[in-house]
Amino acid sequence: MEEQLKGLQEEAILKAAAAQDLKELNDVRVAYLGKKGPVTEVLKGMGKLSAEERPKMGALVNVVREAITKAIESKQASLESEAIQKQLAEESIDVTLPGRPVKLGGHHPLTRVTEEIEDLFIGMGYKVAEGPEVEQDYYNFEALNLPKGHPARDMQDTFYITPELLMRTHTSPVQVRTMLEHAGKGPVKIICPGKVYRRDSDDATHSHQFNQIEGLVVGENIRMSDLKGTLDAFAKKMFGEDREIRLRPSFFPFTEPSVEVDVSCMCGGKGCSICKGTGWIEVLGAGMVHPNVLEMAGFDSNVYSGFAFGMGQERIAMLKYGIDDIRHFYTNDLRFLKQFSVHE
Amino acid sequence: MFVSYKWLSQYVDIADQTPEELAEKITRAGIEVEGVEMPASEMKGIVVGYVQSREQHPNADKLSKCLVDVGEAEPVQIICGAKNVDAGQFVAVARTGAVLPGNFKIKRAKLRGEESNGMICSLSELGIESRLNPKEYAEGIFNFPNDVTPGEDALAALNRDDAILELSLTPNRSDALSMIGVAYEVAAILGRDVKLPEPKPAEAAEQASDAIRIHIDAPEDNPLYIARVVKNVKIGPSPLWMQTLLMNAGVRPHNNVVDITNYVLMEYGQPLHAFDLHRIETGEIVVRRAAEGEKFTTLDDAERTLSADQLVITNGQEPIALAGVMGGANSEVTDQTVNVLIESAYFNGQTVRTASKAHGLRSEASARFEKGVDPSRVQAACDRAAELMSELAEGTVLSGSVVAGEYAPEPKEVSVTLDRLNTRLGTSLTMENVEDIFSRLKFKTATNGDTITVTVPTRRGDITIPEDLTEEVARLYGYDHIPLTLPEGEALPGALSPYQLGRRIVRRYLEGAGFTQAVTYSLTSQKRATQFALEVREPVALAMPMSEERAYLRESLLPHLIEAAAYNNARQMGSVALYETGSVYLNEGDNVQPKEEERLAGIVTGLWQEHLWQGEKKAVDFFAVKGVIEGIAARLGLTDRLSFQKAAPEGFHPGRTAFVLLDGQPVGVIGQIHPSLTKEVDVKEAYLFELKLDVLLSVERPALSYTPIPRFPSISRDIALVVDSAVEAASLESIIKEAGGALLTNVHVFDVYEGERMEAGKKSVAFALTYMNPEKTLTDEEVTAVHEKVLAALKDKANADLRA
Ligand SMILES: [Zn+2]
Repeated sequence: MEEQLKGLQEEAILKAAAAQDLKELNDVRVAYLGKKGPVTEVLKGMGKLSAEERPKMGALVNVVREAITKAIESKQASLESEAIQKQLAEESIDVTLPGRPVKLGGHHPLTRVTEEIEDLFIGMGYKVAEGPEVEQDYYNFEALNLPKGHPARDMQDTFYITPELLMRTHTSPVQVRTMLEHAGKGPVKIICPGKVYRRDSDDATHSHQFNQIEGLVVGENIRMSDLKGTLDAFAKKMFGEDREIRLRPSFFPFTEPSVEVDVSCMCGGKGCSICKGTGWIEVLGAGMVHPNVLEMAGFDSNVYSGFAFGMGQERIAMLKYGIDDIRHFYTNDLRFLKQFSVHE
Repeated sequence: MFVSYKWLSQYVDIADQTPEELAEKITRAGIEVEGVEMPASEMKGIVVGYVQSREQHPNADKLSKCLVDVGEAEPVQIICGAKNVDAGQFVAVARTGAVLPGNFKIKRAKLRGEESNGMICSLSELGIESRLNPKEYAEGIFNFPNDVTPGEDALAALNRDDAILELSLTPNRSDALSMIGVAYEVAAILGRDVKLPEPKPAEAAEQASDAIRIHIDAPEDNPLYIARVVKNVKIGPSPLWMQTLLMNAGVRPHNNVVDITNYVLMEYGQPLHAFDLHRIETGEIVVRRAAEGEKFTTLDDAERTLSADQLVITNGQEPIALAGVMGGANSEVTDQTVNVLIESAYFNGQTVRTASKAHGLRSEASARFEKGVDPSRVQAACDRAAELMSELAEGTVLSGSVVAGEYAPEPKEVSVTLDRLNTRLGTSLTMENVEDIFSRLKFKTATNGDTITVTVPTRRGDITIPEDLTEEVARLYGYDHIPLTLPEGEALPGALSPYQLGRRIVRRYLEGAGFTQAVTYSLTSQKRATQFALEVREPVALAMPMSEERAYLRESLLPHLIEAAAYNNARQMGSVALYETGSVYLNEGDNVQPKEEERLAGIVTGLWQEHLWQGEKKAVDFFAVKGVIEGIAARLGLTDRLSFQKAAPEGFHPGRTAFVLLDGQPVGVIGQIHPSLTKEVDVKEAYLFELKLDVLLSVERPALSYTPIPRFPSISRDIALVVDSAVEAASLESIIKEAGGALLTNVHVFDVYEGERMEAGKKSVAFALTYMNPEKTLTDEEVTAVHEKVLAALKDKANADLRA
């Protein structure tokens, strides 16, 4: 009987090893370990054995059973592993092929610059004010200390619609309208982005339509030094922490004193083609709000003072991204626009 | 304004300042110096030469062979092509090895077999624009007057070794439109004195008032008119120093008398005019308004028709000058002129502006009158011109001036407190600092406690209010010295308005959906102004457009977006998805501001999806774009309020276009561009949309609140309906929703079929319906009961049968 069991064990292990797939292996399991299998048969025959031999034989049967089970399990594991390897090999792909494109648009560079500036000033407590592009002469000029016949009106050649209506030449009328809404009570702290228009022939550096962002702060003790500090903070955030600003006296009818504001060039003052060798780039016009403008907008100029500044998004985008022709902004060539869908 | 460094140094000591240093200081103090030109720096090797002999070049008709003394032992032979070259002339010679502007190097050369050792130069070859050359030398070489020596530096003799500062003046600083004005500015910057000329013409016994009488008929336009009479002038070229300084200042030399008036104009900023006295045979000057339609020939030989708002100088009978603008051909100083009348007057700026504009004549003189000249210099300038005519034109100055009118406005007094100055600037200046600045400006001051009162000279008409004084202090103190601070006081929270935030949300959504933002022009042609417009009105027109293409305000964003798509299509970019947000302008009547509505528009053409190596390629269609619009609605929480209604507006495909409705009101359009237009606009099948963004972003939206996730299972039922082809899916859907009631939680189309397996005129539309009760598990019986109601309603209202 012992002989018989050893023979079974050997036979079963050989068969298990020879199984080609899980089904054949299962057949081996059923054949040797099933209810009708030879091992069970051996167990059934144990009744004929003596009481001494019975436990001995029982132990032996268990050993044989375990050995066969182990052989089958090990074979099963290797068969399963082969199967999965085969599946993986079949499912393998070229991961370098292009992915299914998710269509991606992007901001126009002018919007990009506008939003960046808006967010920067919002962070400093400003609100964003907007207004009409077709304006009354009064809001665009007269309320800004530019009465009819003022020589400085030559500086801004204007698209008139009627003698009293025009395409706004700057976003300053929004400042006037906002101040009037405040009805003589400060503080006012706004930036005004928007499209403006001037009678210019379109070329590489001129555009009859362009964008501006102007800022206005009116309060009870607003100083020129506040303007300087604000613009210094702006320049550092917009162009880099190492940048500085420089104020040069200038003239605008709606501010007094008036200044042009230069930002130090990225060449670090060595001089380059962008700054034309000066180390400085003209970026903004600014000044202290003219008392006439405050008064016309209902503010007591003995109590209130303010500062205002203005800049052009086109110019800033051109400086920031190295764009050489202002007409690109309005041609909408996708080869141009797509370059601005990347986030820095 | 061109400022000659040499000329300027007559009035203020600038010897220790290089032209570049001076330019930088002037710029930083408030007058922008746009450039510093140093003509001699790009030239070398140019000397005075004396043409000893000239003969015809043996082999060339148009060339001369000259022997030129250049101050060396032997004269040199130079071949010259100028017609006016001749023996006995002093000329400018570029020697071999010389360099002319543009790095033009002069080499020894053989011209048609004859050796040439240099070049005889014209003024333009020496870098002086030909429009500034004296007429007689504009076409040929320049001749020096006789007071030069062969071999001496020709550039120095021509004042080409000068530095020319180009000042860009803001309209308020017309005080710097003169050498003396610039000298005051420079003196203030450097803290120095100004040396003014003190003209004292030597006068003859004869009284000017015996020679001329002056009458002003229009004192408003001309409050002051001063004349001097200079007799027996010898007309000829002015001295070389004057000619060259004038050219450096951008003024063309003519003859000594005219040059003197121009020189004094540049020096004092006071325009002068010289009349030939013999042409004023009446012995009187009458200043009056022109008669309407009066004819007058200006000295440029153009006949002008005058109007009554223009001022003329007359001889009592006919005009002899258009006041402040241009003299007349009838009284011009010519080579034959013997006696001269010098006019120095104060003309009203607005009057001069009206005339100069009307005739398109802008001159150095009119520009200064328009901005307002300094009334205190009218007499001095007249004296200065008379003095120079006596010195340089051998004229006899008659005794005294003839003065009509009176204009001597008192200098303005402006006060400011030190506290106001410091609080406006954010500085802590002392009264001494402030007084020092005004003394540098040569302004008289009086201090009373904290208040300083400044007497502003008439030359600085731009200073009228305390803020103007603040600016003078700030610019001379230096903006670099003003500290950096931030506004004090209550901190305001900055933020975008809900509307502005909504606009950003819509933009980001569209960009995520594959659209690139475009920005197009608001001005357009008459035709495009109304094309594709949701609401067509008479377009708003510019009064004076620059071109037909930019003459009207747009009523739709679509025409320019289509143009942008066509532009890209033409450059191998076949798939385009662009959007724009911007204003359209709707006419509200004459002199009323148009209604500006913010719109959102887009164009899509070409492929919507493209994934080539897996063979996926889907052209854009109506539903691709509709999906995007539905996405916007979903983002804004408007899904249930948006609907689409078939429409056929102008320019769109009538079968593939819908109005977009919000709460039943039209807010936009979506559709295919009409196939008959594609050729004209140069795009293929393209889908367009335009929405009233302002309406979408302004509607009241309920606040977001959480609905519990359902705890009970739902039951789905699919139905395929057979209906007439004309029945719209949306109408079936609303029948289903109405009949399904509260238990029906979702319904959507999952199949549409129309074709050979259907009866003609019929189509099949399949819906998936989802039933659910949030309170409990639905039984099959409950669902069936509702579902039967739905089917009955469909049969009843849309004659819809279940597909077999
Ligand atoms: Zn640089």
